[in-house]
Amino acid sequence: MPILELKNVSKSFQGGGKASGLSTEVLRAVDLSIEEGEFVAIVGFSGSGKSTLVNLLCGLLEPDRGEVTFKGQKNPPPAPDRGVVFQNYSLLPWLSVYENVRLAVDQVMTRASSSERDQRVRHYIDMVSLTPALAKKPKELSGGMRQRVSLARTLALSPDVLLLDEPLGALDALTRAVLQDEIAKIWSEEKKTVLLVTNDVDEGLLLADRIIPLKPGPGATLGKEFVVDLPRPRVRTELNHDAAFKALRNEIVSYLNRVRDESRESSGAGLRQTTVHLPNLTPADLRAE
Amino acid sequence: MSVKLLQLLDATGLESFAPFVRLFRGDDAGEQLRRIAMNFGAPLVAILMFLGSWNVASQNIMTKYGNLPSPADVWVQAGVLWKGHLEGMAAERAFYAEQEQKVAEYTAAAAMLAQKGNQAGADKMKSLAAAARTAKYSAQPSYVQQILTSLKTVFAGFVVASLLAIPIGVLCGSSPIIQAALNPLIQIFKPVSPLAWLPIVMIVVGALYLTPPDQAWFEKSFLSSALTVALCSLWPTLVNTALGVASIEKDHLNVAKVLKLDAWTRVRKIIIPSSLPMIFAGLRISLGVGWMVLIAAEMLAQNPGLGKFVWDMFQNGSSQTLAQIMVAVFTIGIIGMALDRIMIILQRSVSYGAA
Repeated sequence: MPILELKNVSKSFQGGGKASGLSTEVLRAVDLSIEEGEFVAIVGFSGSGKSTLVNLLCGLLEPDRGEVTFKGQKNPPPAPDRGVVFQNYSLLPWLSVYENVRLAVDQVMTRASSSERDQRVRHYIDMVSLTPALAKKPKELSGGMRQRVSLARTLALSPDVLLLDEPLGALDALTRAVLQDEIAKIWSEEKKTVLLVTNDVDEGLLLADRIIPLKPGPGATLGKEFVVDLPRPRVRTELNHDAAFKALRNEIVSYLNRVRDESRESSGAGLRQTTVHLPNLTPADLRAE
Repeated sequence: MSVKLLQLLDATGLESFAPFVRLFRGDDAGEQLRRIAMNFGAPLVAILMFLGSWNVASQNIMTKYGNLPSPADVWVQAGVLWKGHLEGMAAERAFYAEQEQKVAEYTAAAAMLAQKGNQAGADKMKSLAAAARTAKYSAQPSYVQQILTSLKTVFAGFVVASLLAIPIGVLCGSSPIIQAALNPLIQIFKPVSPLAWLPIVMIVVGALYLTPPDQAWFEKSFLSSALTVALCSLWPTLVNTALGVASIEKDHLNVAKVLKLDAWTRVRKIIIPSSLPMIFAGLRISLGVGWMVLIAAEMLAQNPGLGKFVWDMFQNGSSQTLAQIMVAVFTIGIIGMALDRIMIILQRSVSYGAA
């Protein structure tokens, strides 16, 4: 039985002010099921509704239609058992690295002694190699370090499912690569169920068991899934020469481009047939006739 | 060392002094001198021009008590007030020294009479000693004591205002319904002048505060002034707190939701720290308003502070007292500025960088 499931989920947002009654359907009839211990990547273009999907999964948003099921519970409210790593880190700027993680630990280890909690906080900060920055405030850290803190905070919750919402989207390519390796390492150690939302096909191929493209909206929905059966551990430098990797990557990229073109055609079909006649702005005395 | 000093100047809002430190450290001298001229030279010129035109005006404006006091007159009166304070303190010390001596004398006499067997005489001496001990020095409070009374009153009012405004502000900011409910009341009461509040406050205090004066913790006039200050100064804090709480980043609230923080932890760990810079900005305005209101309140409530001093000096009506009122004006201004500085320091100490 899948641990986390979306059944026929749709979500719309009010647009152009509530009074106008305009609403944009961001997700339409999304079906997704994630097995325990799986690493699933959702890959999509920016603006295709990826964050909405994550918010639905963690309970920050409720679906308009369909249902989210987590461990048999329908449309559960947000809770620490589905830990989210937000794209913009969402660290509390007035707390130090330690205190940010401690806040999470205090929430889940209500019965544990102070020293046990302390140990757990330090364990996870160590896991993301930030022990030297324990007492620093988020503003003193680089983007990559902040995202690591955010990751440590979420891991320290010991969630059943880890939801990563474009966690590396705001980072430079080098930092990104380092953190990707770190996520791969942590996943192999902790054996958590992970859902990664990303716009980077390579990132999905490096980390995930399955890649599911999100077809661009409005009315985005999940496309056909690709199983990534590359052997682990996957080493970035070797993957680049791996024929299976290259084939899969080409297949996914061309699929994504195809669905994007289809979506443009269907939503922009009316627009393209209209010819706009511009007035002749040439000064009268320069005109040919 | 110099970096630390510069950071300290920055944190205390005294950046104007930074060029001195930089000059000393050996930074570009021309640039630093230019800044010193800008930060200190320009204000100095303005102050001198102000004093000059005041001086000219004082020679030409004839009031019914003589010429308008000149800067020099005001300076002299400031000295007079300070001297009066020192003399008053000395007189008070002398009074209590004398009292102690009297008590000692009576007690000794009582012991002697008791030894001689004159019990009635001993009792009389004892009661005289007791009476002498309870006697309190009473004289017109000195100028410095009046300043202290004013500061005490404004802080009392400010604390009451903050204790009311911050919790109500948090409620308004976190609940649109409460915000909608209280908004009309806030909008109506916010612009009311202290002069309008004061009579109501005085009458209500008179009706409710019935403790006899000798057992009371506060004078009625103190309570009326402090409450008027509170009523007038709570609004900026309330409005700012509500705004600060309402504009907390959605991400931070999402964190609270995902972590399933209970309401109290959410207030303590997310809402208050996040809106603290805004709350302190409000408190700073509140304290400024409170200090301004206080003078008016003290004038009318006859609370023995700076406001009453100004009023009494006005009633005395002489050229010297007019100069003393001007001393009070500068005192009020300088203390107000100092309070504002303190609030700036507090405000900066709670602000955090975005992350």
